[in-house]
Amino acid sequence: MTRAWPIVGGALAVLLVAALLLPIIALLISGAGDLVDGLRSPLVAPALRLSLATSAVSLVLVVLCGTPLAWALAQRRAGWLESLLRLPMVVPPAVAGIALLMAFGRAGLLGTSLTFTTAAVVLAQVFVAAPFYLQAAVEAFRGVDPDLLSVARSLGAWGPRRFFEVALPIAAPGLVSGAAMCWARALGEFGATLMFAGNLQGTTQTMPLAIYTAMTSDMAAARALSVVLMVVAFSLLLVMRRRAT
Amino acid sequence: MSLVADLRGRVADFALTVRLETHGTLALVGPNGAGKSTALRALLGVIPVEGTLSLDGRDLVGVPTEDRQIGYVPQDGGLFPHLDVARNVAFGLPRGQAVDALLADFGLEALAGRRPKGLSGGERQRVALARAVAPHPRALLLDEPLAALDVDARTALRAGLRARLGRLAIPCVVVSHDPAEVRALADEVAVMEAGEVVQCGTPDELAADPASAFVRAFFG
Repeated sequence: MTRAWPIVGGALAVLLVAALLLPIIALLISGAGDLVDGLRSPLVAPALRLSLATSAVSLVLVVLCGTPLAWALAQRRAGWLESLLRLPMVVPPAVAGIALLMAFGRAGLLGTSLTFTTAAVVLAQVFVAAPFYLQAAVEAFRGVDPDLLSVARSLGAWGPRRFFEVALPIAAPGLVSGAAMCWARALGEFGATLMFAGNLQGTTQTMPLAIYTAMTSDMAAARALSVVLMVVAFSLLLVMRRRAT
Repeated sequence: MSLVADLRGRVADFALTVRLETHGTLALVGPNGAGKSTALRALLGVIPVEGTLSLDGRDLVGVPTEDRQIGYVPQDGGLFPHLDVARNVAFGLPRGQAVDALLADFGLEALAGRRPKGLSGGERQRVALARAVAPHPRALLLDEPLAALDVDARTALRAGLRARLGRLAIPCVVVSHDPAEVRALADEVAVMEAGEVVQCGTPDELAADPASAFVRAFFG
């Protein structure tokens, strides 16, 4: 019986590895064949452009607003605010969609006319992706040795100089990998975008929404877009791995 | 030139009382966890404390760390890992001011372009000290400056450090756990136990009249 344990354990492990890798391999095999044809579908180019543009804007917004916030949070012990800001990471996408409608929808708290616009796409991406950057950035800033900041102070460096010349460069690898995670999440955002921004080609139809649309009409285009997203995601994973080692 | 402190504070659940006075080099000694490094941070002004602190008669309580003109060398040197040696040394100087003479004085010319990562313990210590004295501070705080070195290097560097501190002629507080180092460097000694300075005096005075078992063992 004891000798059977490694075999049982190994079999279970192989099962999980298969569950994780088989869909990816299947997609690559099926998608690679008609990749060029698939990418010619009229759905693809506008979705690709929109996804790149919106996720880039989201990333810039998140990094611009999130970096000072993460720095401020890192000065304190982890508290309720930090946990609260992580909530969008675990909220189901459908719930995020409803929540965004309740806040920014025509009948929402702020009553804006953002719904079904490209700005709504960006807002949905920021909502779901910002926590990934924030979490990584707070951790990176907490990792900066406080003694280095004390030394900087003793040398006459006031807050902004300490931040830009000491904390930021030292935390940079963590910030970059957080930004990569954030961008990956923004690029893949689907549920909240569909509910809050809709699925309008050229305006709110990002790559994941185009895949969803193509599935019913043009499976080759759906596969091709999926392969593109997969390759982008894999490249980001490589960036994060390089930063981590 | 004198540094006179009478500071009290709480850091987390740790009560701190730092009462000391020095005109030359004062060694801060005490068992592990006595609060020696915390006392240095209190003098530097990076942790909140109450009381009085004066440097050459100028009251420093309420003066931010950035304006205190106190040089600080933390335990492992605290070198900025992303800056090369020359830029580390130049950090406290006005932008563009040359550091060649300073690098030469500390024997660091050959290392000017190197990042701290590959430096030896002795080299790191020299860079940290050069950086701390570059802006001409009015006092110096050193946290176990030679602790990271092996015994031979420590003995070799001790005399150099003593001479350098003598030339600077500013009040200097050095945390140390090495009796030989204390005797070599310090004019006066302050003993800390459980967050409080419990005895002050010259090394000979403390050896002759130890106030606690720690002092007796340290100078025995």
